[in-house]
Amino acid sequence: MTSLPSSIDETLALLGSAGYVADRPLATVLFLALRMGRPLFLEGEAGVGKTEIAKVLAGALGRRLIRLQCYEGLDVASAVYEWNYAAQMMAIRLGEAAGETDRDRLEADVFSERYLLKRPLLQALEPDTAGPPVLLIDELDRTDEAFEAFLLEVLSDFQVTVPEFGTIRADSPPIVLITSNRTREIHDALKRRCLYHWVDYPDAERELAIVKARLPNAPAELTREIVAFVQAIRKQDLFKAPGVAETLDWASALVELDAVALDPAVVSDTLGVLLKYQDDIQTMQGSAVKAMLDAVQAELKAA
Amino acid sequence: MMAAPCLPRAAAPLVAFAELLRQSEFPISSEQVTDFLKAVALLGPRSMDHLFDAARATFGPSPDRRQEFALLFRRHFYGEVDGPDDGVKGGMARRGDADDAVARRARDVRREKGGTLSSADEVLAARDWDDDDEGRGALSRFRRLLGRSLPVRASFRTVPARARGQLDLRRSLRTLVRTDGDIPRPRLKRRKRVQRNLLLLIDISGSMKLYTADYLKVAHAIVQGADRAEVFTLGTRLTRITAALRPASPIQALERVSHCVADWDGGTRIGSSLGALVATPRFAAFARGAAILILSDGLERGSHEEMERAIRQLARRAFRLTLATPLAADPQFQPETAALRGILPVLDDLIDGSSISSLTRFILALGAPGAVARNKGKREQCDR
Repeated sequence: MTSLPSSIDETLALLGSAGYVADRPLATVLFLALRMGRPLFLEGEAGVGKTEIAKVLAGALGRRLIRLQCYEGLDVASAVYEWNYAAQMMAIRLGEAAGETDRDRLEADVFSERYLLKRPLLQALEPDTAGPPVLLIDELDRTDEAFEAFLLEVLSDFQVTVPEFGTIRADSPPIVLITSNRTREIHDALKRRCLYHWVDYPDAERELAIVKARLPNAPAELTREIVAFVQAIRKQDLFKAPGVAETLDWASALVELDAVALDPAVVSDTLGVLLKYQDDIQTMQGSAVKAMLDAVQAELKAA
Repeated sequence: MMAAPCLPRAAAPLVAFAELLRQSEFPISSEQVTDFLKAVALLGPRSMDHLFDAARATFGPSPDRRQEFALLFRRHFYGEVDGPDDGVKGGMARRGDADDAVARRARDVRREKGGTLSSADEVLAARDWDDDDEGRGALSRFRRLLGRSLPVRASFRTVPARARGQLDLRRSLRTLVRTDGDIPRPRLKRRKRVQRNLLLLIDISGSMKLYTADYLKVAHAIVQGADRAEVFTLGTRLTRITAALRPASPIQALERVSHCVADWDGGTRIGSSLGALVATPRFAAFARGAAILILSDGLERGSHEEMERAIRQLARRAFRLTLATPLAADPQFQPETAALRGILPVLDDLIDGSSISSLTRFILALGAPGAVARNKGKREQCDR
């Protein structure tokens, strides 16, 4: 287990050691969240690396990563706990067969921890030898307000009450990261309990560092061209601009194809890795790709 | 009696900044102010950047208000009023004209609170609001009826059902355990019905000036009465005004709207504004399965192809797409402009948008049994 970073620089180094190239504002807010024991609420467009921060942090700190993927209809039974009814029924029948008549004892037995199925939120409150786990509550905007309201209690007191069992409280609160693509506004009450950071698309310099860190074997010239091209494409009027995830996928695809530099044919053939909407692909196909590529290559030559 | 704890001198400017944010209508809680002080202490602070980062992390301004937040920070800590943006804070975005306008309006409001000045926008906001009790009553009724009148869809969340539902194994088993294995009757569940998203797009160009105030009143009632509504204004740019319409008081809400919209009564660029809407994934996601109501005369100053393209994209996502135009109040009205003719095949309804009553009547009928998107099949054909 690695100890928590004691400065912003250490936080940057910690993330860097796990291959995540963070900018200073992100390292600052992460450092503050770790030191203040506050959940960190990350918002940003899809594919900018919000979820990755939690994965990298868990890996770098040597903690367990517990992920709760949100979706519409997510409820306590899927997020916190559920009783193992089948096992409970079996225990009741076995008790009856063995002549067990003490109803209170039977009830205490079937509503014990043995029959409790722990879901991600409850798992995150349990002690862990490696230290408090990293709890990732991913895409909170996909769930509804009812679940958001439930989270308020969990994130305030780091405790959960199971009516038949009692209150379970975390000895050491987990490191909580919440992500949202902002398809809807999250309530202010929840935001107030968290530190907040908007994760933006990286600038060219940082994106280059990210690609180099993740794909060290990619040819240097190709990497520069990929990053410059992606930066240029994000300025176009597209339905969905490519995120960092798409940049990395595209770079991997080009490396697999043994490309050493971008040319219009290879870009057109692999545009589907970068752009995920047919409208966007149609907009960029053909002469648009060539014009943009020429501009990008001229700019790189001049630099 | 215990004396009130004294604030350390060094903390006073930090707390004053939080107060300034509150005055500018940022929702700042006491807990956040305490967190801000803790964060500043943790960071040293060794530079103004640390102060800024701590403020941004703890107060968490929404992306729409990040520039305004940065502007207030500079004004408070650097004493800048209207000076040029010299990049003191490296990470800050440059201020544009719109931000200056926002800041000017914010200043005007503050002065107005002191009783010295009303901004031009507030004059606009107050124009028709107070003197129409009858209209207010009608909107109040509309708001009350809205909840049960909007179209609904099946949610993925399930609720207990008395009859005609699926077997709820989880609840049935729970009952089973509590009754020592005797099950009186199986528990049922059904998918909950939730309101569909309602997306309102209001044209605020000069040609719609007469109707803007009425449309905003309807928009306010919708935001108050509907579970999931988003409102944008279309002029020379796209502006999201849902948050500004949240206060229950219509006057307060309209005042907020007037502060956040920078292109009142200007030109019309519906195509580029709608293009911006569909190009922003979180807004486009909201449009999916939504009832979309565009309040506009459809008189596009920019390229009509751009407008057609954007509306077709919206139509593909919408549950029902409606254009309400005041021109349709004329019985002789025929869509004759290229833009209107171009979008007609993908519209489900083209309705009279000349009055509050015609609009509210239409919206209340959206969820009526049998009210379906008439052009859905036609739209799909167009897409192919």
